[in-house]
Amino acid sequence: MGAIGAGIAALGAGVGIGLIGSRAMDAIARQPEAVGDIRNNMILTAALVEGAALFAIVVGLLAG
Amino acid sequence: MRFSTILIAAFLWMFQVNVLAQEDHQGETYAADQEVSTHLEEEYDPVGTVMEHISDANNFHIWKDVHLPLPCMLYAPEAEPKWSFFMSSVFDHGHTAVDGYVLNHGRINRVAPGQDFPMEGEVHIDEVVHETITTGEEEKKEEVYYAVYKGEQYLLQPPSTLDGGFLGGGFTSFYDFSITKVVFSMILASILLIWLFTAVARGYKKNEGQAPSGVQSFMEPFFTFIRDEVTVPMIGEKHYERFQPFIMTLFFFILFCNLLGLVPFFPGSANITGNLAVTGTLAIFTFLVTNINGNAHYWEHIFWMPGIPGWVKIILTPVEVLSLFIKPFSLMIRLFANITAGHIIILSLIGLIFLFGNNGESVGGAAVGGVVGGLFTAFMNLIELLVAFLQAFIFAILSASYIGQAVEEGHMGEAHEHEVETAAQAGTSV
Repeated sequence: MGAIGAGIAALGAGVGIGLIGSRAMDAIARQPEAVGDIRNNMILTAALVEGAALFAIVVGLLAG
Repeated sequence: MRFSTILIAAFLWMFQVNVLAQEDHQGETYAADQEVSTHLEEEYDPVGTVMEHISDANNFHIWKDVHLPLPCMLYAPEAEPKWSFFMSSVFDHGHTAVDGYVLNHGRINRVAPGQDFPMEGEVHIDEVVHETITTGEEEKKEEVYYAVYKGEQYLLQPPSTLDGGFLGGGFTSFYDFSITKVVFSMILASILLIWLFTAVARGYKKNEGQAPSGVQSFMEPFFTFIRDEVTVPMIGEKHYERFQPFIMTLFFFILFCNLLGLVPFFPGSANITGNLAVTGTLAIFTFLVTNINGNAHYWEHIFWMPGIPGWVKIILTPVEVLSLFIKPFSLMIRLFANITAGHIIILSLIGLIFLFGNNGESVGGAAVGGVVGGLFTAFMNLIELLVAFLQAFIFAILSASYIGQAVEEGHMGEAHEHEVETAAQAGTSV
């Protein structure tokens, strides 16, 4: 069960980080001069999305 | 196309064979006595091997039978000499018990108190055997270890760890303050950092007002990167200089520990940042620095968010207070999980060699495993190199953003001050 839960969590985080990446690419293409700010915010948001997934994965690990 | 299908089929088949073989052996353990279970130690156990490699150890395994002995400092509240100090070499690879402590899979276990085991001095023990106990309705499997001394079995307590037994161990009747493998590597990383940065600092003294030279010019881009991309945008022009050393220390310490963990042989190989106690300590530092430097504006936004209706405040205050603790907690888990996951993947890929090789019986399988596992390991190591930098950067940038939230004055606050000032001026003019 833990493995299934971890898999679903990874799925959610994958979709989330994918969306962040795609939007960031769009934004950089539109405004190449803002690449620094966009990159920082992208990584920050990705880290936050990943945080939620990691909680799920840790719970999955604990559930065995 | 066809070749890859065959490869996948072969992979699945071998995997299945191995799984079946393991199930057979497990069936035996339930029925059979301790001899079979000690024999099982010889079999390749992928999960056990991975867990042993990513967890901490009380001696540093270098090569085959070569171990680097590490100092052990143990404290047991109920024992007569409360403290025990010795080098881990006296354990003689688990064949000697010292003051009731036994080395088991590289970790110090203690003979559970209340048994008539000699708890003082050095005693020769025959071996350490284990038993798998299935508990509860969910069939959770638990390994229980026994030390065999003069033909009798004595229950061992798991290693003492601060993380509450997340990767084995937990809170037990003794406290382990030893210089373990992780602590040793952490000290090594710190010495490397001090050596490198004193050289850089000397460079800045020598080349004052001139272009940087040598290792100084190698490190300067890191400095300017952290300053321009992390601290200035996150904390702000006004306050960043105060926190620059802290953020810099976090970044380089985590980076060096990550990189040392990626080196597969002696000075590296310890899973430093994949240890909850280490990442937890780093996160606690961020927590303390953030909240000690928090200004009134920051605390107001936590306990009584301005500008929203009262009933929302009642909901929002507990959430904000919780978020105080969730932030460092997520910092801790993020670094731990990223580094540990990477190590588990690399170790699993290396384990394919032994799984495909059917524990040394099939050389062809081992060769296939070696090629597949080796290529994927090389690939994963490159990804891990990226992750080592990325996680250090993420830890630094998130810490900087939390500190930035704590020290920023806020537009509302400024406007408020401005109003107060004008009011005061108006008052004086009146």
